[in-house]
Amino acid sequence: MSGAEMTPGRFLRSVLAIFLKDWRSELRTRYAISALLMFVITTIAIILFSLGSEGAPADALSGMLWVVIFFGAMSGLSRTFVMEEERGTTLTLQLLAPASAVYFGKLLFNLVLVLGLNAVTVLLYAGFIAGFVIRNVPVFLITVLLGSLGFAAAATVIAAIIARANTRGTLYPVLSFPIMLPLLLTVINATRLASEGAFFQEAAGEFQILVSYIVVVVAISYMLFEYIWKD
Amino acid sequence: MEGRLTLAGEGLKKVFNRRTVFDNVSFSVATGSVLLITGRNGSGKSTLVRIISRVLSPSAGSVRLEADGMTGADPWQTRIGLVSPYLQMFEEFTATENLSIAMGVRGLPFDSARADSLLERVALYPRRNDPVRTYSSGMKQRMKYAFALLHEPPLLILDEPTSNLDEEGVGIVRAIMEEQRAKGILVVATNDLADVGRFDAQVDLNERR
Repeated sequence: MSGAEMTPGRFLRSVLAIFLKDWRSELRTRYAISALLMFVITTIAIILFSLGSEGAPADALSGMLWVVIFFGAMSGLSRTFVMEEERGTTLTLQLLAPASAVYFGKLLFNLVLVLGLNAVTVLLYAGFIAGFVIRNVPVFLITVLLGSLGFAAAATVIAAIIARANTRGTLYPVLSFPIMLPLLLTVINATRLASEGAFFQEAAGEFQILVSYIVVVVAISYMLFEYIWKD
Repeated sequence: MEGRLTLAGEGLKKVFNRRTVFDNVSFSVATGSVLLITGRNGSGKSTLVRIISRVLSPSAGSVRLEADGMTGADPWQTRIGLVSPYLQMFEEFTATENLSIAMGVRGLPFDSARADSLLERVALYPRRNDPVRTYSSGMKQRMKYAFALLHEPPLLILDEPTSNLDEEGVGIVRAIMEEQRAKGILVVATNDLADVGRFDAQVDLNERR
């Protein structure tokens, strides 16, 4: 059932209510936040210990930042759909809202979670990893923002697909990797440009790829979500 | 405001992994009527209930809910109330919060006075601020009735309506069924005919395989 059968105002209220339900539930259970934080802290600590006093090239450090973010996201972003499936509330949501409202509500929740995760990861990474220097901060911030949007968009629809599988824990990163590969390569390249102090014009091509990726993933998810969600 | 409501199923068939659960199921009921669905365990009563509730697609056939004055802007979700053993509440939230979430997710305003009166009716008002996970199975079943009736649905679907309920709970459910019969359509899936009383149409799934 598409959201077109609801008035726009009612549709937006529905999306916001799904987001708020998940957010209040998360604040009570702290499942995703705890998983994400623990992963980020332990991974950065391991990188710190393995590098020791020796530095690493800027290219490698840019890549490692997104490795932390990718696997951090994999540890917590599937929760929004897996939780509904485990508690048997998928049917309850199907009864209450059209599939598209559920998709956008969950997307909004994952976006807020990824933005929070990325803010904490970047602050810890920049604070503890000595060789990681950003010479063009606006380019880096746009990269993180667009990267977060891309991660949330892809992670949400993949979480909906894997939520009903028995092997959902291992399936999530395995299925996500090929879908997120273009996103990962682009954000790693844009982060390298920001750390080298490249101008905005030099990174514009990367931003165009990121925006295209987000638009394509959200549009395809919107069109396919009803089939993933219903049967 | 809607006029007379009609619920009709036509040539419904459901196949799971090449196994036909039921085939060629048709029915039609209107406002003021009760549709009874019967059949032994595994005959597909709950599957048919899910199809009527529009949370499961049939392999063939269709279900229509039509009313005089029905507009395309009103989604299906505001017209159905469902009580079933596999319907779960959001257990980390209280009864009142669950009702508020249900209305919010439907995109409708929450009427706290109506929520309170429904919780009082199902005798959960004193426990309205406790998380649903602390409820007994009978209390959860009562909670599902408040959840299903909050938006005053013209179509109420009950799957095993009295499971886990005590005598007082069964009395409350029978009164709810009588009211629904008078103002809308009631669909009941059960093998306990004492649950239903009078009915106007029947689908016996034992004959539809």
